Amino acid sequence: MSDPMRIRAQSAGDKATVRVLMSHEMETGLRKDGAGKIIPAWFIQEVAAQLNGKTVMTAQWGPAVSKNPFLQFSVKGAKAGDKIAITWTDNKGDKRTDEATVS
Amino acid sequence: MLKTLSLLAMAVLSTAAFAQQKSAADGIAEYRAMLADGNPAELFEARGEDLWKKKRGPKNASLEQCDLGKGPGVVKGAFVELPRWFADTSKVQDLESRLLTCMETLQGLDAKAIAATPFGKGEQVGMEGLTAWISAESKGMRFNLPQSHTQEKVTYELGKRTFFYRAGPYDFSCASCHAQAGKRIRLQDLPELTKNPGDGVGFAAWPAYRVSSGEMWSMQRRLNDCYRQQRFPYPGYASDVTVALGVYMGVNAKGAQSVAPALKR
Repeated sequence: MSDPMRIRAQSAGDKATVRVLMSHEMETGLRKDGAGKIIPAWFIQEVAAQLNGKTVMTAQWGPAVSKNPFLQFSVKGAKAGDKIAITWTDNKGDKRTDEATVS
Repeated sequence: MLKTLSLLAMAVLSTAAFAQQKSAADGIAEYRAMLADGNPAELFEARGEDLWKKKRGPKNASLEQCDLGKGPGVVKGAFVELPRWFADTSKVQDLESRLLTCMETLQGLDAKAIAATPFGKGEQVGMEGLTAWISAESKGMRFNLPQSHTQEKVTYELGKRTFFYRAGPYDFSCASCHAQAGKRIRLQDLPELTKNPGDGVGFAAWPAYRVSSGEMWSMQRRLNDCYRQQRFPYPGYASDVTVALGVYMGVNAKGAQSVAPALKR
């Protein structure tokens, strides 16, 4: 199965900065392996962020995003103790959700 | 007070001048600083820590009793004192070769087969994580390789000879690229490895995550690539010659602060 994400969320003033590291191959579908065969595309298609269960951001991603992607965004109104959950879905239908507490 | 103020003013002035003449190297440093915040090496660290504690192999044992030089199971600070001499194997070993020993003696895995596995495949994937995590446990500490044992001194001399050994179709040696200050290949600064090149440079910057290929490279893989670039035959994984080069660079880097696992272009 996929490895867990590393999520850090730090509040400052009326917003919190969230930093996420995801573990994913992010194959574009354009590369070839040693035998000359195309490596099938395998990348994250959708990323969603939830603050205390309420969706605050969704993003559509494509094959142009790097391997092991890093994502940073800020959430208005997030305070220390709030829960931030990140979910990604890839083109194979695999899903992963990880949660972190705002500090 | 006045003196401090004028000094401060000078400092501000010089930074301003510096900003105007931003060199390519500064640009790269800035790019690295931006990336360092989310170094994917962290993902490998997490994997390595799990693997260290996981019971595996024919003997169904974890690596937690592995002696990295500071006693069985002591990981913190071990990385900045490697390679060193080990009494049980009567050999000078670096991190990777020591891990192979532990995997064989504790877990019953085949060290030879692991050493022969290509980078990034099979058991070598686990090694990436292990080296990332173990080096991270010594992050910020300063290199202090022991040189008290005769074999450690002999290995240093062997490393030195290897470093200056010119051969191959290009008549190259490690020293061709790494024995002068202020040299670079394209935009890549070349560390001077015959002395301490500074904190977090050269030996003190590996293992590292390479952004361009999305791979975690240990010192062994880095040396393997140096040999490729010199058009030398590939050295064996965790072989004596690679350990000797590690001793040479590590002893020279005495006092340098380790930033491993680092982030590379």
